[in-house]
Amino acid sequence: MAITTDTFDEAIERKQHSWLATILGSQTFWVLIAVILASVFLSFATDSFATTKNLYNITRNVTFVAIIALGMTVVIITGGIDLSVGSVLCLCSMVLAVVMHAGHSIEVGIAASMGTALLIGAFNGILIAYLNFPPFVVTLGMLSIARSLAMVASNNTVVFQFGPDHDKLLALGGGAWFLGIANPVLYMVVLALMTGFVLRWTRFGRYVFAIGDNEHAATLTGVPVRKIKVAVYMISALSAGIAGIIQTGWLGAVTTNIGAGMELQVIAAAVIGGADLAGGVGTAFGAIVGAALIEVIRNSLGLLGINAFWQGAFIGGAIVLAVLFDRIRNFQQSE
Amino acid sequence: MAVLELTNISKHFGAIQAVNDVSLSIEAGQVVGLMGDNGAGKSTLVKMIAGNFRPSHGTMHLDGLELILHRPVEARQHGIEIVHQDLALCNNLTSAANVFLGRELRHGFGPFRVLDYRRMYRRAGEIFRELKSETRPRDLVKQMSGGQRQAVAIARTMLSEAKIVLMDEPTASISVRQVTEVLHLIRQLRDRGIAVVLISHRMPDVFAVADRVIVMRRGRKVADKQIAASSPEEVTGLITGAIERV
Repeated sequence: MAITTDTFDEAIERKQHSWLATILGSQTFWVLIAVILASVFLSFATDSFATTKNLYNITRNVTFVAIIALGMTVVIITGGIDLSVGSVLCLCSMVLAVVMHAGHSIEVGIAASMGTALLIGAFNGILIAYLNFPPFVVTLGMLSIARSLAMVASNNTVVFQFGPDHDKLLALGGGAWFLGIANPVLYMVVLALMTGFVLRWTRFGRYVFAIGDNEHAATLTGVPVRKIKVAVYMISALSAGIAGIIQTGWLGAVTTNIGAGMELQVIAAAVIGGADLAGGVGTAFGAIVGAALIEVIRNSLGLLGINAFWQGAFIGGAIVLAVLFDRIRNFQQSE
Repeated sequence: MAVLELTNISKHFGAIQAVNDVSLSIEAGQVVGLMGDNGAGKSTLVKMIAGNFRPSHGTMHLDGLELILHRPVEARQHGIEIVHQDLALCNNLTSAANVFLGRELRHGFGPFRVLDYRRMYRRAGEIFRELKSETRPRDLVKQMSGGQRQAVAIARTMLSEAKIVLMDEPTASISVRQVTEVLHLIRQLRDRGIAVVLISHRMPDVFAVADRVIVMRRGRKVADKQIAASSPEEVTGLITGAIERV
């Protein structure tokens, strides 16, 4: 039994673990250490890693996976999964491209693109929450549907002319408006802070965690489980839509195969960053760190002159290793 | 005066008569043990009081006013709280977060309202102190003993002014020492003037804490008497049917 000599205030303030123990026990922390160590090592081992240009590239490349990983993390915390994000990214990019190509302004294009994302997210969410479809099945279906719709929308052509606001769009995604940091990185930081805030400080965030751990309990205590579930799939699709808009501005062209296979990278980033596919666990910061580790691995293999075919093996190894640490920790706790 | 009064309550599901013409009344500050074998109708009865089912016949009154419930949330609004058998706790949240689940305190205004951690920790701490439980507000439920988990579930019922607390098998799956803790918590509720309905299979617990015992068999109420005037042997006989009715 606990110590009984606590005063009331001590009892209220008392935590089970010190902040240091909490940090040392978190998977995200160790992945962050891995990212830092790898970066330090690469700075010494290669001439090309710690250059302004390479760091600019890395940070920008991270963002597309990282932004979607934020949305994915929220879904994963509720115990769900969203396999459609890669295709939704493609469809939203295509909607933006087609609308702007037709002569509409960038504002109209972005609104149409985000509207599409929210609509798809709501569709996924309603099927999952109200009709009790398994998330895997619904979003697997949407993976196929959304990419097909992107092909229909563009007649499977490449769009690279975006009408009167062409330059605005390219500046939005390709520019660096603040201290030489690539714009996509700024968006990522802002979105990560927003996600972190929502998860920690809002009732919505609290419910997301409650549903992921014990949906039945959440229902019994009056949590609007279904509405929250619809909302998380809308957030996930919206994050894919935002990434799509930014990526379009950066690439300056949209093809119907962008984002293919991206869902697996995104899920990998979330899981490496500490999100638990069983639900109830995950952080916004973890999503970013997970995405960063994947990008650093990819970048370093290139710089070190290792055959690119090894990429999958290293990223896969990182997934297993990151989760292994977590397993070992749980194993120790249960003893 | 009775807090809760059921008059000629029946519930049937198709041809199955789950609860048959049950009348009973429960007074403030009273612990009533509701006993019966599996399928005797006790959980159906409780689910009607909790707003999960609507009675097929009969009426319910709470504090003299007729009680018609469409959803479980309405029961809670009326001051009827339920401690579910599985406790309905989230392991990944702190005990304070669990106590306030679905009823979070927030500050700010409009869409900018954020969780008021300070106030929730403090209020949860006060409730645990009132319950004389050693549970602490910031502890994760994951690492708690069965007795502490019960305390968290019971603390929920004390957030608002509950009139009646329904407890479904609170001592079914915990250790003997923890049972003592839970019985202690039940007495704390009673001392605050709350009526407690204790659904249980465990004879010793009911005889330790209840003032009255109600026995159900095959949907009917077959006994309703003071604990002091009954005995475990008699109740066992009533549950099994060896004693027809008292």
